[in-house]
Order: sequence, then C-alpha cells, then structure tokens
Amino acid sequence: MIDLEWVADYIDIADQDLKDLAVKITKAGINVEKVISNHIDNLVIGEVLECEAHPDSDHLHVCKVDTGREVLQIVCGASNVRKGLKVIVALPGATLPGDFEIKKSKIRGVESSGMICALFELGLEEKTEEAYNKGITELPSDAKVGDNPLEYLHLDNTLYELDIHKHRNNDCYYHIGFAYEIAAILNRKVTLPDDKTNPIKENIKDYFNLKVDTDKCPYYLAKMVKDVKIGESPEFIKRRLKACGMRSINNVVDISNYVMLEYGQPLHFFDKDSLGDNILVRDAKEGEEITTLDGVNRVLKSSDIVITDGQKPVCIAGVMGGENTEVTENTKNILIESAIFDAVSIRYTASGLNLKSEASIRYGKGLSYEYTMKAIERACHLLEKYAGATVLSGTICHDKIDKMPKVLKFKTSEINDMLGIVLTDDDIKVELNRLDFPFEFKNDKFITTIPSRRLDIDPNVNDIAEEVGRLYGYHNLVSTLPNTLVRRGKYIGDVQYRKMASKRLRALGLNECKTYTLVSPDMAKLFKYDGKVNLSLPNPLSLDKSVIRTTLIPSLLNVYDYNKARKVNDINIYEISKTYDENYNEESKIAIVMEGNYIVNEWNGVKVKTDFYLVKGIIENILDYFGFAERYTFEKKEIPDMHPGISAVITLDKKEIGVIGRVHPSIRKDDVYVAEISLNSLMNGVNAIKFKAVSKYPEIKKDLAFIVDKNVTSSEIEKVIKKAGGKLLESVKVFDVYTGENVLENEKSIAYSLTFSSPDRTLSEEEVMKLFSSIIDKCENELGAKLRDK
Amino acid sequence: MENIIEELKKNLKEITSEQKLNEIKAKYLGKKGSISELSSKIKDMTAEEKKNFGALLNKIKTEATNLIDEKRKKLNDEILNQKLKSESIDISLPSTKVPVGAPNILEKIIEEIEELLMSMGYDVVDGPEIEEDKYNFELLNIPKGHPARDAQDTFYLKDEEILLRSQTSPVQIRTMLKGKGKEPIRMICPGKTYRRDNDDATHSHQFMQIEGLLVDKKVSLSDLKGTFDVIAKKLFGEDTETRFRPSYYQFTEPSVEMDVSCHHCKGKGCSICKNTGWITVSGAGMVHPNVLRNCGYDPKQWQGFAFGFGAERLAMVKYNIDDLRVFYTNDIREMKTFDRKEAE
Repeated sequence: MIDLEWVADYIDIADQDLKDLAVKITKAGINVEKVISNHIDNLVIGEVLECEAHPDSDHLHVCKVDTGREVLQIVCGASNVRKGLKVIVALPGATLPGDFEIKKSKIRGVESSGMICALFELGLEEKTEEAYNKGITELPSDAKVGDNPLEYLHLDNTLYELDIHKHRNNDCYYHIGFAYEIAAILNRKVTLPDDKTNPIKENIKDYFNLKVDTDKCPYYLAKMVKDVKIGESPEFIKRRLKACGMRSINNVVDISNYVMLEYGQPLHFFDKDSLGDNILVRDAKEGEEITTLDGVNRVLKSSDIVITDGQKPVCIAGVMGGENTEVTENTKNILIESAIFDAVSIRYTASGLNLKSEASIRYGKGLSYEYTMKAIERACHLLEKYAGATVLSGTICHDKIDKMPKVLKFKTSEINDMLGIVLTDDDIKVELNRLDFPFEFKNDKFITTIPSRRLDIDPNVNDIAEEVGRLYGYHNLVSTLPNTLVRRGKYIGDVQYRKMASKRLRALGLNECKTYTLVSPDMAKLFKYDGKVNLSLPNPLSLDKSVIRTTLIPSLLNVYDYNKARKVNDINIYEISKTYDENYNEESKIAIVMEGNYIVNEWNGVKVKTDFYLVKGIIENILDYFGFAERYTFEKKEIPDMHPGISAVITLDKKEIGVIGRVHPSIRKDDVYVAEISLNSLMNGVNAIKFKAVSKYPEIKKDLAFIVDKNVTSSEIEKVIKKAGGKLLESVKVFDVYTGENVLENEKSIAYSLTFSSPDRTLSEEEVMKLFSSIIDKCENELGAKLRDK
Repeated sequence: MENIIEELKKNLKEITSEQKLNEIKAKYLGKKGSISELSSKIKDMTAEEKKNFGALLNKIKTEATNLIDEKRKKLNDEILNQKLKSESIDISLPSTKVPVGAPNILEKIIEEIEELLMSMGYDVVDGPEIEEDKYNFELLNIPKGHPARDAQDTFYLKDEEILLRSQTSPVQIRTMLKGKGKEPIRMICPGKTYRRDNDDATHSHQFMQIEGLLVDKKVSLSDLKGTFDVIAKKLFGEDTETRFRPSYYQFTEPSVEMDVSCHHCKGKGCSICKNTGWITVSGAGMVHPNVLRNCGYDPKQWQGFAFGFGAERLAMVKYNIDDLRVFYTNDIREMKTFDRKEAE
C-alpha cells in the first residue's frame, strides 16, 4: 500500500490527478491494482447552533447547523449531538459508502437537509459497536465551519494498492522507491527526507562491541540513542502507518516501522539496557530456542541466523525480535540495528517457522545497501525529534557487502535492435536522466551506473532496454514479424501420435475428456493391471489429490458417473494422458469408457448397443489406423476390477499393450465397457502405405458351420482355417454363433463364410473344394470340431 | 378398316388395368384378333390389291401396337406413381445420429493455436510432467530460494529436486539445450502444469499452458508484438486490438503482459473486462540473457522471445465461462457445443 500524501513528501505531485497518475504508473510497469480515495464530495464542517428534541420521537433531535454558507435544519439521531458542537455534515448530493445518497427529506414529518456523520459512516473507521455507541464524530473546536472535514482531519488521502506478485522487486514497495518511479515517469527529481541529528560527544564505540560470525550477514550497522521518552506518535506518523495497514504502538516502535515504509529497510530496536554491551551475529545452533515478540517460543535450526548478546539469542535475524530485549514503556536507551541478511536464508527461516513478518518479506526480496545507512540515520533523526532521544555519535559497523557498482556499456543500436524501435542517442540520454541513472557518453557508447536501489537490474542490454522501453511506452511499438526463413512446423515426437489417436477417436464418436493427474488413494487402487506402483505426493494438498495415477480408467469412470447422474445416456468418452509410476517412468495412455447405445434412433428401431465387441472394434480401428493390422490379438484374461468372463489383454507383436473388458459389476452395475492401451507402444512400426489392387478374377464363396466345445474360441478356429486355407483364402467371416436347441449344453455352433480368390487367375471349383475339405479336416482333427449338417 | 383404329382408341381410353389391356391386345392383335382376321382376307386378293392392302394392314398393325404399348407405359407409370405415393415418408421425424466425438474445450483452443503457429513455422513439442528442479526453475533464472518461486507454489516429489512441473517452460529449456546454441528455434509446448492451489472458480491445481519460444539472430520485442497480434486476431477475431504492458518475469527481460481488446464490448467496458475494455491473456518477453546463456546460446548473437497463454484463461475469456472447474468436470452436454466449426 502506498500513501500518495506521504509520497508527496519526496516528490512534487500536487499538480497530478492521482487517478491519471495511477494509469501512467501502471503503463510504465508497476501495477496499481486499486486507487483508494477517501475523498467524498459535499462534506463540510458545521456547527450545531440549536438542538431540540424531535416533536414526534424520543431519540431524534432537530438541529440547526451552520455550514458556512447557510444554516440547515437537520434531524439527527445520535445521543451526543448538542449545541455548540463542531460536526461533519454530509450535504444533499453527497454519496456515502454503500451508494447511500443524501437527499432532502422528511423524517417523521420534520424536514431534514443533510446528515451529521460519524467517521464509520464515511467508511473511514471500522463500524464497531463501540464506534456506534459513541455517536457522531466530535470535531475539535478549532475546526473551521465551511471547510472540508476530511482535509482538516488529514483523511482525504489517496492510496495505491499495488499488485505485489507482479512486482519487479522491492524498490517500489516503499515510499521513497515509489517516488523514484514517479520521478522517472514525470521526469522530476526526488528529495530525500531530513536525516540530520545533533549527536553528543559520547560515542557508541566506547560502549559497544559487535562481532559478526556468519557470512549470511554481509552488512550490519548499529547506532545508539539515549533517554527516549516513550509516548504517543505524532498524528502524521499514526495516520500514515494506519493507511499502510500498520497499528500505532508508541512513538519509538512506530518510528522503526515508519522508516521501514520510507526506505524499505527493516530496522530493529533493542532495549539497550536489557541487551547489554555486546552483539554477536551468528548461525543459530540446532534446537536453540527464543521467545519472540509475539510471545511464542521458537525452536531454531542451524540454517537460521540469530542476533545474540554474546550468549543467548535476542532476535531471529530479519524475521522477529526476542521478547527479552523488547522496547517497552520503560525503555530509556535503544540500540538500533540496520542490516542486510542473506535473502534466501531469511526466506527459508520465515517459511520454516511459518512466521512471515513485515521485515522478513522485505529481507526476502533483497535490500539495497545504500539505504541501510540512510535508514538508520533517518530513524535517529525522528527519534531525536519525536521521542526526545539523544543520539550518540559513531556507528558500529560490519561491512563485507559487495559495493561494486553495476556498470553497463551499450550502444543505442543495441537497445533499438532489442525493442525494434528507432531511438537516437539523445533519446537515450533523456531516458537515463529520467531514471536517475548516472552515465557517460563516449565514442558512441553509453557507460551507465545502475543505482544500488535497483536490485532488479543487472548490467545487460535487456535490462536497460526494458527500462527504456517501459518509459518510451510499449504502445508505441510497431508490430513486425520475425524476419527469418519459415517452413511449416511439425508435431514433434509423441505429440503427433497423441493427435493422431485423438482425432481418430473423435471420428469414431468418442468425446475427449480431461481429468486430473492426481487422484485419491482409493482411485489409485483400481484397475491395477500392469503391476505399476503409484507415486504418492510427500506433501499433498488433500487426500483426494495425493497420488499420481498409473491408469486413466478410474478418472474416466468418475466422468461417467458425473454424466450419468445428470441423466446423460449413451456415454462414449476417452482421454489421452501421461501416467507415471513410482520411478517417474512416463507412459502415455489412451483410455476409453463406453456405455449405452452407440447408435440409436428409437422410433424406427435402429439400435447399436455398446458391448465388448463394439469397444473391441474401436480398439481395432485405432490399431489398424496406426498401421498394425494383423499384428495384434485379444487374449482372454482376468483383469482386476473387470468382469472375469468379459475381459482381455490386447497384444501387439506378442507384447501386452493394454486391456479391454466390462467393468466388474460390483464396481459399476451398468454394462460399462472400458479399454486402455499404451500410446507409447504405438509409436514405433508405423509403415508406409502400399497399394494393393483388388483381384480382377471372380471370387468363390463357401459357407460352413462347426459344432465345437464351448471353450474353443473363434480366433482358434479362425487360425486353423487360415492356416489350412493358405494364400487363396481371402477372408474368413463369422456369420452365426448359436447355442441352444439341437446343440449340446457344453457345445456351440459357429458358422463361417469363406472367400477364396487369386490375384492372377480364375480359381477352379475343384481346387477350392480341395482347400475347403482340408479346412474341414484340420478343424475336425485339431479342434474336435464337427461339421454341422446343412 | 380405319374404324378399327378409332374403335381401339375408344376401347383403350376406358381401360384401367393391365389385365384388360392384355385382353384388348388379344382382341385386336391376337391370333384370332380382328386385325389378324383382316389379314386372312389377303389370300383372295389380286397382286395389286395385296400390295396395297398389305401396306395398309401393316400400318394399322403398327399403329395398334404403338397405341397399346403407349397405354401400357401409361398404366405402368400410374402404378409406379401409386406405389411411390404410398412409400412417402415423414421427413420431419428425427434422424439417426451418426456418432461423432467432441473435442475437449481446452484441446480445441490449443489446436487452434497449434494450427496457426505451425503455419508460421513453430514445431509443437511435448515434455515430461515430472520434471527436475533444474529445468523447471534453475535454468530459467530462478535459483533455489528466489522469491519468484512463491508465485508458483510447487508440488515437490523428492526434496527440492523432482517436481510436478509448475509451468511448461522446462520444455523450452530442453529444446534450447538440444539446439546446442546453433539451431534457431521456433516451438510451442502446450501441456499440463501443476501448482499447489485449491480448486475453485478461478484456481486449479492442474491447468494447461501454451508456451511459445522463438530464438534467432535478429529478434525484437516488436516481433513479439506482431506475433501476438496474429494470435489474438485468430482467437478473438480480426477486429481485435492488442496492447503490451510492462511486467516482471524472472526468465524474460523486458517482460510484458499482453492484453486484447474485450471482444464482448469491443473495448467499451463491460463486466467481463471489468470495465477496462482490455483483457490480459498472456505473459511474455524477450528471453533473459541468463536463460540463453544457461542453454548454450550466446546472448550477444542470439535473441529470442517467449510467450505463455493459459488455455483455461483463453477459453474462459473467449466463451465467457466463469468457472474454471468446467474444463475438468467433462459434462458431455457442454462438450458437445464445441463440436463444430467456428466463425473465423
């Protein structure tokens, strides 16, 4: 949160419309999410001249109020309204929060031209019972009738709420940094606040020893003030802290927060008398304990940094101070810490302790060393001025920080190439001046030094191009296209197979689903047909999304349930997705769930019901489409969670690539069919298409029917027929399967239609009959089949 | 003799069935029919008479045959017409629906972008969803402990090394590493990504990104703008306007957010664009020199741009969908609405 009234201390923005300014700032890269303005039109300071009881009410008052221009009659219900009181008056035309418009009206028959308000009614105070009972806001007697009450109360400020996530860095998170940003946009200069003090001769170095025993604290400054008088903060500090969402505690604590919001540098104030004369900054000992300011006992890790008094911890560095050295009402002398700690370490500590503080957030983003000293001096100045402190001379200092300036040499053409624009050297000079980046221009080259406050900028052309570009305005870019040779792009690797399968499945009438990779342990237990072990998340968000799936079937069954529950009939769905096992092995899978009718038109009796053979047909279609005709088989096998009699594995080149079957009736009572195949198994062996002409010679058809044992499968019979039929047997088709009357209970009748043909001649009846008899013989001998009488 | 024809015509007129027609035919042209009988007279005639009579007889015979055939055709046509009439159907009865599957809404959007960008030379590349921290973060200029990781709260699988990818950018890294600092790159990598977000109308722990990368020897931010223009117009219509706003990402510099003019209100301001007239649809920027360097490309010679779309976001904006969970519930009735060609 940035208070614009505060920013105005450092840069002249009196002439700016703050809403327009917010737009300019957003355009230049800092996202002002919300402009919060407390300004309300038609508010005025009034004085109650008369106050009488309402003739028709036991609690209302009829008041005559002087508003400077006229005396209005206003009905007021507050118990504390009385003659002579200075009050806030909302005149007719004012709109209060909640779109409450003030109008002239009659209240129980008495005319009322406005409303006497409490701050909570203006949205400037929380609406608590206490505030409500206090009644209307009583203004001090020096308030001038006719003036703007919010201006008088310094409440008419404008706040910018910034989008912190999109924040390029820390540098706009505090008021001076934000002032620099406005300065660059408006091409104005920033004035830093007063930090002069009148130190006494007494030097902190005479008192104090500092030792830093960790490389995670490259910069540590300490100053000391004596004889502070703890009390209330001045109004402007209270007001500004409140605007930025911080509570006022006392003048001393408030100053540390105030300076943090000014310079972005968190400060820590120790009660010097509780602390003693030593500071040792070191890595924490594993298991070391400290009670922090919030009264919680914290156990530290060796990766944390602590400030100690030489022995015991007095502060978790960069995160929160210890109770043992807290500034209290009785504090007299203060040691001020302004330091830089390793950002990564602070972030780990804060998240490890689950203790995100205003300080840790700022340390975690990184800080500029330039302001470490500025902030401590500013704090001394304010303590001297507003807490009656006496500042000791001298600063204790541990300084191992890299102060090497970031310098970049670049040419204007490099910026132009990066952005695709045409700027001159002079344009760049203007931009660098606006940014307040010192530079030299020599031999067509800029040499610029990046101020340390801009931690986000590295000395490379991209970074400078960004600074120049955002001020130049991206709306000024002209659209061009990359000027390079173009060929048409391709689907690379498995993408093309996924696309192929997906398009085919859609063409076959299946709807494409997308479900979650993370499933519940219960889902993960289902359809474990390939022996893969699931990977469980070590820190799941919730149990129902805690396991990485190895099969898509359970997820699709959930989709099935969802649709079924909404009375969608005839469900044909698929999903293609990656799965992973416990060793992170990846396998893309295609899963299918089908139930109901595949094709249906009830009024004229058209109905193709989904059954095993339809799903089998879909799988065959996919495999044929991938070029695997004749290379796959379906082998009956019991599959977990499938109907034991209606399930099979699918093999390709004798390798199992998937499963197919009806979902076990104990899992879904409807006839739900599922299949899943490994897409990875389909990624090799796709052949080029070879043209095969249809035979010009007539074909000969022969039908036959066998009676076989029930357990003999059609594919076994087909295999024998094909082998015996040889090359001239063009096709074998089942045209009837029969059990029942005239067939023994453990037998079935199965009828085939055989087609014989040759690509290069007309077949004779004799040679076909010879093949035909041999087929019958083989079937009889090998399968115990009996030729059925015609 | 001419009377025969007149008489036949008269008889034919009254006939309504084929059976009657056959009777008539027998009566005139049959062996004992009147015309045959006439021909029996011929044997008593002189040669001259025979010739004339014969000719006349033939003419009558032909004419009678024609008349009868004509009548037969007419009768047959009538019968056929009767039959056709009786076979007439109510074509307004419901059709037999041929099964055709609908695409997933997200895949539809992705395919639209793929088609466009493939025509502009971008390959479509895939990568693993279980990734190494190195590819997902470190090589992208996001070292361990960097605050940019906060915005991408990640599902770690093993220590801080193996994770469910929080963005599809690692595919870009892998592609650049394959290019070995020598090959120019044009690629997009649509795919699933995961972040530790609780699912609600605007958050999802799983979502689809469509990221693109172009690396070449003279590439500018204006080229990115032009590329974005083409994509935006394809997705939201030819009259779509675009705008860049500065932004911040760790792996691009300069970074921008890419907005399109609101296609619902045409930029006037409505609830969808929150009265701004603009909708942010993408984050993008020039590839950070550290990222180029990490992947073997010398930033002094090579530049590139990268952009990222959220498929859910695009679909929500394009079709005015207000709940992100819609994409993962897979209501078939909703999916079916997307099974069609769309106006360009």
